[in-house]
Amino acid sequence: MPDIKVTPLGAGQDVGRSCILVSIGGKNIMLDCGMHMGYNDDRRFPDFSYVTQNGRLTEFLDCVIISHFHLDHCGALPYMSEMVGYDGPIYMTHPTKAICPILLEDFRKITVDKKGETNFFTSQMIKDCMKKVVPLNLHQTVQVDEELEIKAYYAGHVLGAAMFQIKVGSESVVYTGDYNMTPDRHLGAAWIDKCRPDILISESTYATTIRDSKRCRERDFLKKVHETVERGGKVLIPVFALGRAQELCILLETFWERMNLKAPIYFSTGLTEKANHYYKLFITWTNQKIRKTFVQRNMFEFKHIKAFDRSYADNPGPMVVFATPGMLHAGQSLQIFKKWAGNEKNMLIMPGYCVQGTVGHKILNGQKKLEMEGRATLDVKLQVEYMSFSAHADAKGIMQLIRMAEPRNMLLVHGEAKKMEFLKDKIEQEVFVRCISCYMPANGETTTVVTNPSVPVDISLNLLKREMALGGPLPDAKRPRTMHGTLIMKDNSLRLVSPEQALKELGLSEHQLRFTCRVQLHDPHSDTDTLGRIYTHLKRSASHVFPSPQRMWDVLLSDLTLNS
Amino acid sequence: MKLYCLSGHPTLPCNVLKFKSTTIMLDCGLDTTAALYFLPLPLVHSPRLSKLPGWVSKDGAVNLEKELKECSGRVFVDSQPEFCLPEKELLDLSTIDVILISNYHCMMALPYITEHTGFTGTVYATEPTLQIGRLLMEELVTFMERVPKAQAATCWKNKEIQRLLPGPLKDAVDVWSWRKCYSVQEVNSALSKVQLVGYSQKVELFGAVQVTPLSSGYSLGSSNWIIQSHYEKVSYVSGSSLLTTHPQPMEQSSLKNSDVLILTGLTQIPTANPDGMLGEFCSNLAMTIRAGGNVLVPCYSSGVIYDLLECLYQFMDSANLGSTPFYFISPVANSSLEFSQIFAEWLCQNKQSKVYLPEPPFPHAELIQTNKLKHYPSIHGDFSSEFRQPCVVFTGHPSLRFGDVVHFMELWGKSSLNTIIFTEPDFSYLDALAPYQPLAMKCVYCPIDTRLNFHQVSKLLKDIQPLHVVCPEPYTQPPPAQPHRSDLMLELQPPPMAYRRCSVLGLPFRRRYERIHLLPELARSLVPSEIKAGVSVATVSAVLQSKDNKHVLQPVPKPAPVPPSKKRKRVTEEPPEVLNPKPLLSGAVPLEPFLAMLHKVQHTLSLRPNQSAQSACR
Repeated sequence: MPDIKVTPLGAGQDVGRSCILVSIGGKNIMLDCGMHMGYNDDRRFPDFSYVTQNGRLTEFLDCVIISHFHLDHCGALPYMSEMVGYDGPIYMTHPTKAICPILLEDFRKITVDKKGETNFFTSQMIKDCMKKVVPLNLHQTVQVDEELEIKAYYAGHVLGAAMFQIKVGSESVVYTGDYNMTPDRHLGAAWIDKCRPDILISESTYATTIRDSKRCRERDFLKKVHETVERGGKVLIPVFALGRAQELCILLETFWERMNLKAPIYFSTGLTEKANHYYKLFITWTNQKIRKTFVQRNMFEFKHIKAFDRSYADNPGPMVVFATPGMLHAGQSLQIFKKWAGNEKNMLIMPGYCVQGTVGHKILNGQKKLEMEGRATLDVKLQVEYMSFSAHADAKGIMQLIRMAEPRNMLLVHGEAKKMEFLKDKIEQEVFVRCISCYMPANGETTTVVTNPSVPVDISLNLLKREMALGGPLPDAKRPRTMHGTLIMKDNSLRLVSPEQALKELGLSEHQLRFTCRVQLHDPHSDTDTLGRIYTHLKRSASHVFPSPQRMWDVLLSDLTLNS
Repeated sequence: MKLYCLSGHPTLPCNVLKFKSTTIMLDCGLDTTAALYFLPLPLVHSPRLSKLPGWVSKDGAVNLEKELKECSGRVFVDSQPEFCLPEKELLDLSTIDVILISNYHCMMALPYITEHTGFTGTVYATEPTLQIGRLLMEELVTFMERVPKAQAATCWKNKEIQRLLPGPLKDAVDVWSWRKCYSVQEVNSALSKVQLVGYSQKVELFGAVQVTPLSSGYSLGSSNWIIQSHYEKVSYVSGSSLLTTHPQPMEQSSLKNSDVLILTGLTQIPTANPDGMLGEFCSNLAMTIRAGGNVLVPCYSSGVIYDLLECLYQFMDSANLGSTPFYFISPVANSSLEFSQIFAEWLCQNKQSKVYLPEPPFPHAELIQTNKLKHYPSIHGDFSSEFRQPCVVFTGHPSLRFGDVVHFMELWGKSSLNTIIFTEPDFSYLDALAPYQPLAMKCVYCPIDTRLNFHQVSKLLKDIQPLHVVCPEPYTQPPPAQPHRSDLMLELQPPPMAYRRCSVLGLPFRRRYERIHLLPELARSLVPSEIKAGVSVATVSAVLQSKDNKHVLQPVPKPAPVPPSKKRKRVTEEPPEVLNPKPLLSGAVPLEPFLAMLHKVQHTLSLRPNQSAQSACR
């Protein structure tokens, strides 16, 4: 029985280091290759020894697919390809290919240069790794080899984020990566056609949440920022350089313009300008409105938002600062946070999800005293607000996607186990077109789904047309007819032809079956009369033996002549 | 399988393919050369054009003073320029299911087809094709609408009168089907029917046919199309290029194993080498500027202009002409330049890697930043105050009949210092210049046509080996001007099938098989028996289900046990019409067991002998 096997090496009942192995139709595919933000040891990368104990991965994997540029989806890529060893193709979209190496380099710098770790991938490795990348376009069907094909769909999570359909013969799997079902200020909503995959592997970050309307959240956000600035406080918004940052920038930019505010807005790190430039060049990946108006006014040219310098953090007076990274686990955002944490006038707005183990996660859980490096503790006095701006689908969105794609089975990854459990129940209870079984494997646990593919066969057009014509001008689903044919199996080809044609092709002669039966009748009537009576009788009682009444008549006649 | 040819123009094709149950229109080209029969539309009043004498036949019998004007011995129609549409009478255009567009030059007749013909289908095109096609259409509309003509000339079209007219006008064909330009509303409505596709995207049409666009290397987003079912494959090659310019290179291997290859859009100037022409373009331009003259380049607002600007960007500094301003004047100049920078996915590798840096893929961004290239929507407004001579002006329309170029012809035509350089190959430059004669300005003809030439195409066909080739008639004979150049035609074995306007070709292949799926339960129940070495046979009795042109064979459902009939309620569900399975009766009959069996059953032989006898035969 053919089956599909799915094994998460990362992101199984967890968020971080997404890495999922899929075996389908004899092909092995790795979906994403991310790192875990919450760990600094071996656990930060997926355990590739699951694939092979020693040696390179090339011969075990047919391809690697990266869904988007966030590090928890691509952070382990140079480690996997250069240090463990993989030379096959790596597929990602153009924007991902453009942005991914920059974030990797950033990650490397923080880890190696700042924290002084050794045994980490080098800049050259990132470059070598990117050489193995094959960029693809949305909806382009890429033939990885003769049998394996992949196709990307728009996912709307960040610039260039994509969902992937992986197909071998009639079996298929869809992997969503991270996606967003509600269009926001700069990206569109995820979309997929009714491709009916055998398994839909979906993220489930917000499995239990149904978020209120985007507008409310935005209004709330603006209000809080405005209030803080009015009373002279500083607002710190930790973000990742690309993605939410741009959405919030657009939001603040328009608000500042409308309210004629003067407080400065800063965007940290040199990435800003570059990041915005990517948005300008890949404007076809943003939402309809931005695409339509970009010739007149490019939304990513900001008037009020300026580059941040480290010295500004100590400036008096109100300001708003976007600083990277988004989970406060390292870098500039953490530095600024340390400076501002002691003042209750200031505010920290966390616009996205924080992985366990990060400073961001601790603060959001209400921790008021933080242990810093060197045994120092930090009192958190500033106000902390969490606002979910990260572009993941919520429970409603996940259901929506299921309805769009109509999968046979569901597999949840990239979420917390408890939340997944809830969503799993919900999916299994929900009345879809067909019932869906839902899986949520842990890391290293294999889920096997039995598929039942139909067998493709070549049918002779003559036979098909004859059968379809017999069914009347319109097919009638209520009254099916049986058709007869002969299946010829030869040199790996399966052809269905009419029995007559099969005999002819195979050079066989057909035996004619003829049944004769002698009956003596003593009948006073004339010959023709007798014949007529036999005919009527036979027609009533034995018509099924003869193909047609005419044939029966012929048989009778010939026999009669024989006898007389 | 039939091909209806609605246009005879080899580079602006419009064919309709009937394949399986679908009707597919391949491209929708608008032949704008008809505009050459008309007088130019000046942007500002031109005393010269308005003073041209009207035309009266020699004997004075036909007087069309109002409609026809004479200029240097040629007669022109004084009316809004009209275009020659694809043939509308050959088949009912409302039956067209889809239109496949290969590049933005081949979609200009779209509003004529999708509006007012009852068309209800879908148009497929890539995103750059749609966006740039929209720009070109909007530009055309603006050119026409900003200088409205009060009267429309129609008398000259009268057959009796046209016969008496001089020169090329007499020989113009199908003049009654010529139409004026469409409106913005029609453009918007037509383009709202476009569905975007990406290269190598497989698009299913009604489950019967799959169409796929492939990169053709000619312009941004230009594509060739594969139209295939499981057993038949038609390739449509239109406007392809093997030169490395800005677009993604041409995808060739997917065209292999075609039953039929429809070949259109080869180079219009087979004798000119694009690289040589580019060199000539630069040297002529430099010569004129050094002598203090201006250069006028009539061109389309997208396409080769990007390459020209890139070439000049490198050339001007090395030729010490760095301070010469370039002006690009078109209602869509800004949009065209902006759009060119955002289609990274559709560009060649070189340009793509620039975007990864991130830098704009085309250097004209830098030309604009350094103020060397300026763009204006028209000659009115800012341009008139900022304009500085000597300069290079890029502007449309290349037919010289409408658009801002008309103004520059009037302005610069009288001075021999100035030069006009023709780069677009679509129009004969002598015809284009005819209404401006006598002209003092220098004329240089450097047509740059990057499409496949005959040498490249014969190599390509050798590689991809299509069974049959269909092409426009002109490709099967040498160009009329060079009848001895047998290398400038297609020579193939079997010879290509040629078409002309209004041809209907039967394409030479027979469909014999169709794809059907056996449900796994049915497949499992089959009992194959080996007839010969390597050949097995199984008899199949099953129920055929056909839905959305997909066929599935299901096992015959077991007749449901008839429920004890309740009196008033009739069984509504009819059981399937079950026919007895029909085994294959063939091969040697094992005589002994057969006789034994017969012997055994002879007493029970009745009028229902078939079952027992059959089992004996097995």
